[in-house]
Amino acid sequence: MFKIITREMLTPNICKMVVEAPRIAKAALPGQFLIVRSDEKGERIPLTISDYDREAGTVTIVTQLIGASSAAIIAKEEGEFFSDVVGPLGNPSAFVHESEEELKSRRYIFIAGGVGTAPVYPQAKWLHDRGIAVDVIIGARTKDLFIYTDEIGSACDNLYLCTDDGSAGFHGVGTACLEKLVAEGKQYTHAVAIGPMIMMKFATLTCKKLGIPEDVSLNMLMVDGTGMCGACRVTVAGKTRFACVDGPEFNGYDVDFDEAMRRLGQYKSEETEAKTKMGI
Amino acid sequence: MAERIPRVPVREQDPKVRAHNFEEVCYGYNLEEATTEATRCLHCKNPRCVASCPVGIKIPEFIAKVKEGDIAGAAAIIAEDSSLPAVCGRVCPQESQCEGSCILGVKGEPVAIGKLERFVADHTAASEPAPAAGKVNRGGKKVAVIGSGPAGLACASDLAKAGYDVTIFEALHKAGGVLEYGIPEFRLPKDTVLKREIQAVKDLGVKIETDVIIGRTVTIDSLIDEEGYEAVFVGTGAGLPKFMGIPGENLNGVFSANEFLTRNNLMKAFREDYLTPIHAGRKCCVVGGGNVAMDAARTALRLGADTTIIYRRTEVELPARKEEVHHAKEEGIEFNMLTNPVEILGDEKGWVRAIKCIRMELGEPDESGRRSPVPVPGSEFEIPTETVIMALGTAPNPLIVNTTSGLEATRRGGISADGEGRTTREGIFAGGDAVTGAATVILAMGAGRKAAKAIDEYLKTK
Repeated sequence: MFKIITREMLTPNICKMVVEAPRIAKAALPGQFLIVRSDEKGERIPLTISDYDREAGTVTIVTQLIGASSAAIIAKEEGEFFSDVVGPLGNPSAFVHESEEELKSRRYIFIAGGVGTAPVYPQAKWLHDRGIAVDVIIGARTKDLFIYTDEIGSACDNLYLCTDDGSAGFHGVGTACLEKLVAEGKQYTHAVAIGPMIMMKFATLTCKKLGIPEDVSLNMLMVDGTGMCGACRVTVAGKTRFACVDGPEFNGYDVDFDEAMRRLGQYKSEETEAKTKMGI
Repeated sequence: MAERIPRVPVREQDPKVRAHNFEEVCYGYNLEEATTEATRCLHCKNPRCVASCPVGIKIPEFIAKVKEGDIAGAAAIIAEDSSLPAVCGRVCPQESQCEGSCILGVKGEPVAIGKLERFVADHTAASEPAPAAGKVNRGGKKVAVIGSGPAGLACASDLAKAGYDVTIFEALHKAGGVLEYGIPEFRLPKDTVLKREIQAVKDLGVKIETDVIIGRTVTIDSLIDEEGYEAVFVGTGAGLPKFMGIPGENLNGVFSANEFLTRNNLMKAFREDYLTPIHAGRKCCVVGGGNVAMDAARTALRLGADTTIIYRRTEVELPARKEEVHHAKEEGIEFNMLTNPVEILGDEKGWVRAIKCIRMELGEPDESGRRSPVPVPGSEFEIPTETVIMALGTAPNPLIVNTTSGLEATRRGGISADGEGRTTREGIFAGGDAVTGAATVILAMGAGRKAAKAIDEYLKTK
């Protein structure tokens, strides 16, 4: 059993929880994910690790209300327990294994959207703490839907907010903001996009156009998260890869996003049925 | 010589009824049936059945006890060699092991050894648990067992009986490995049979820590260097699914048998009160001919799909247990033999609409001695289907080899180990599918027991 230390709704349907999981907190690195099962009858839900505190023995997860099982996670109160939290899973971000010298010559731009904003935080922080240049763009439909702006603001050199409706920051999507920054003379050697699949698809197109190498983090459907089920299959550079053990981060240029989006919807009709049953 | 009585048939659920539920197919013997069947054993001086049992259960001796009506005595004899009799009685390929060597099988039907083993286990569990073996103190030396499948459970049991402080680490949220996620309820009931046998292992003093992925959550090196474990047994099985590499395999509606069965078994998708989604479709094709293929097909059938098995050789070569093939046919599963998929075809939305196959014929025998199937040119045809389940075998997970210093892999991706389970690194042992690649429950148990002996010898001389 894994205790929920704090719980906070960041938007009406995005919830942040700090969970006691000492073994995971000790091993976690930026870019990795974990799997949560709310209780005996819940699904195993993969969630990217949004922060970890090795001393306190806690990990932070940020969950968006999507289906019946994410609803069961969010329904938990502070002080209650999850049946299972397992991880850290997947490979850490590539930069974790690169030399600081190599990294010092880089300028990173992160493009974050939706619930994918939270896992940008440990990555930006890791780089920023080592003095590596990091800028972050966070996109949202409207200003009330921003999450993690304070945390990320303190973990990067420049934070750019953009909204689809112009209610805050740059009026437009994150990729348009990136194009504007580059047009104004900003130079980036590496990009990382984390967010909804469609956003990562367009971020990749923009990065290609601007000639910036780019990684994306794929949050596919999975059961075990250890390479056993193959539900998370994605085509990368023409080859089938498992997001859980080969990823979750891949070179965005090589990812077949259309296939990935289609595969994400594989259990949509069953999910809708479950939601109706639960009255969500 | 008196006329021999025929093998006592075992009672089973009606095929028409069971095709729609997940209750156990086979009811097993009752006391009267078991004692009658036990009288058929000839108690051979050189029992060939024992020699063909991977864990060497003293079969004629336990059957003699059944004949006398001393079922607890029979259980005690089995317990000397096997920690999972209720499981093995149900899932072992008896026809190629004990029963396959039974002398009665030459002219008639062999003794129903599997059914008797199952009876003994079920009967004694219903009364009282068998007493745990006497404990020897080994000074609390800590041994870590990675994986709670058949190899790990067998190894842990023997080590606990020998007095070691044993902890099993399991990556999933429930112990049992393939017995929990792979083998369906209708063949191995989880809450009654499996839970009971795992409890018996815990009763020996074995601790089980779930939700720990060795190589990610902690490494073997840290278990040894920081947590004080003096020996490690790796019984992580063969969990990676194989795909064919044909076009269309990533269409929606194509699943590995692992995914399909894990959703249904471990995650209980068949039960209304669980949230797990599963998609069998109205028409399902399962590719493969092993036990996993049978399990997947019969699960899809029970979830409401009209199900076909596609296998590239003939029925004689089907690697599945005979009983499973027989049950699958009774339940109405169609068998498409000498057939091999070449492509999976999708509709405009990216969902499976058909599987394109080619007819095969048997050619020359390959290195395994089986005649290898070769395609018949120009014989391609389509089978319309909504889902395809790939049950083509599994390979060991490279995670532990990749994250443990000094541990070497075989060319086929297993952990390199000798016949006693010693790996290339002192103090680390391995066995079961993690070493050999996908095999059977009982072979994994046998490997777990051998390694337990080697670990005991290693720690005594250390």
